Amino acid sequence: MTRGPTWFNITSLVAGFSFLYLPIVLLVIYSFNESRLVTVWGGFSTKWYASLLQNDQLLDAAWVTLRVAFVSATLATIIGTIAALVLVRSGRFVGRSLFSGMIFAPLVMPEVILGLSLLLLFVAMDYSRGFWTVMLAHTTFASCYVAVVVQSRLVGFDKSIEEAAEDLGCPPVKTFFLITLPIILPGVIAGWMLAFTLSLDDLVIASFTTGPGATTLPMKIYSQVRLGVTPEINAVCTILVALVTMGVIAASIATKRQQTQKERDERAAFGAEG
Amino acid sequence: MSELHVPAQPKRTLGGWLLIAVPYVWLLIFFLAPFLIVFKISLSQVAVAIPPYVPTFDLAEGWNGIWDSVSEFSFENYVWLTEDDLYWKSYLSSVVIAAISTLLTLIIGYPIAYGMARSPQSMRPTLLMLVILPFWTSFLIRVYAWIGILKNEGLLNQLLLTLGIIDEPLVMMNTNIAVFIGIVYSYLPFLVLPLYASLERLDGSLLEAAEDLGCPPWKAFWKITLPLSLPGVIAGCFLVFIPAVGEFVIPDLLGGSNTLMIGKTLWVEFFNNRDWPVSSAVAVILLLILVIPIVLFQNQQQKMAEREG
Repeated sequence: MTRGPTWFNITSLVAGFSFLYLPIVLLVIYSFNESRLVTVWGGFSTKWYASLLQNDQLLDAAWVTLRVAFVSATLATIIGTIAALVLVRSGRFVGRSLFSGMIFAPLVMPEVILGLSLLLLFVAMDYSRGFWTVMLAHTTFASCYVAVVVQSRLVGFDKSIEEAAEDLGCPPVKTFFLITLPIILPGVIAGWMLAFTLSLDDLVIASFTTGPGATTLPMKIYSQVRLGVTPEINAVCTILVALVTMGVIAASIATKRQQTQKERDERAAFGAEG
Repeated sequence: MSELHVPAQPKRTLGGWLLIAVPYVWLLIFFLAPFLIVFKISLSQVAVAIPPYVPTFDLAEGWNGIWDSVSEFSFENYVWLTEDDLYWKSYLSSVVIAAISTLLTLIIGYPIAYGMARSPQSMRPTLLMLVILPFWTSFLIRVYAWIGILKNEGLLNQLLLTLGIIDEPLVMMNTNIAVFIGIVYSYLPFLVLPLYASLERLDGSLLEAAEDLGCPPWKAFWKITLPLSLPGVIAGCFLVFIPAVGEFVIPDLLGGSNTLMIGKTLWVEFFNNRDWPVSSAVAVILLLILVIPIVLFQNQQQKMAEREG
């Protein structure tokens, strides 16, 4: 589509993005509310942020969540990248359709089913529940998301560079680290970030698979939200939103810069040839 | 000569097999095996024990022990699901709520995706980023943000009262309306992204040709744009509908006691009633209901991938 936007298009974009962003903006504004009543504006204040620092339970939960997210995102990135390589490169093998089914099904599967089934697995294995079970559960569903993200990067990949390296006697493992990985790296990094935020966000699967001493931040927020809306929760949410937004924007700027650099290099290379 | 360049099957070394084995075995253990266990426990009975069901497999007793356990299996839990009308009402209302929400998401999402596809090339990456960004912020937070807006003394009611549009606060929280808003809001990016992808590829010269031949814009939309964007519409609707059926957080936080959704019923059965066998049976039936749309979705995705490839 190349034709310019009409007034109808502009109005629907403005209305649509207001709908998407207004609730979050309001949530952020009211985290600076002096009044304890969430919906009455009582003046600007940062006292709820200060009171967060005193809340040891919340800080503990945040620490558990960050550790789970870091470990599971890293593991999921390794497994997911391998899975993407298998999907794109391995051709036919026995059970391939089962494999791709197992990659795509968790993306749409209701979380209650994933959580329940993983819990019952851990119980059947007689594995004591806590940090590690949440981590394994998050790794499993996040690796499917990583696989899909990396796969889309691998599909548009010029295979001849790899083949050239292998023809020149480069062993496959070395080819992967010297050629394949640097090219698909933006996909791998995006996959890691997605896995990290999915783990950071997850309430349902963590609630099923957790055990004593491993309460995550979403579980903590959820139990407080059920008691009512408080400015402290608004403050926690604001911090989380700010962190994620900065991460995503930084990553997209880095990708863009890399792309411009690549284009400049290519132009320079062709210029030198001519 | 040409067959030399196109090996039908890449030669697989030990390393190649190992590469397949790592994710394969992981998913077999942590994705497929758990479902078999859910199915097995759905055939068990609840018991005051740890774990709270019988029979449990005891591998030490060998095949005879397992056979004894298997003979104790029963479909009692499934019979129970048909006897208590809470369950079939929950399934039905989940599907209905998900379907209505999907339709609403489509009505709101289509103009957004259309507007994005019609915007200047230079603006598109930014607009795309703006659609994706909410997806990165926590689901729980986005649902929570609506509580402050929809409450009786919430921001929306305050605004409407101040403007004099209403005389007394509207009751929106703890109703199905709040659940619809929550689902539409949370899943909107899932619908807009595939729809935008198919609208962006649409050949603008088709619309110009229609216009030149005197076709009015609404008719051109109906005859050209809509049919060509149908793959995106279908993919987006599946991506909203399937997870919405099993949704727990939205009906729990925004819906009231009258909002029946199966994800919530399963949660209550598991955490409050501690009835693991019945909640497993609920999960098995939910999975059976969702298998049809999931398979349809995968076939459609495959067809689209083949067309592009």
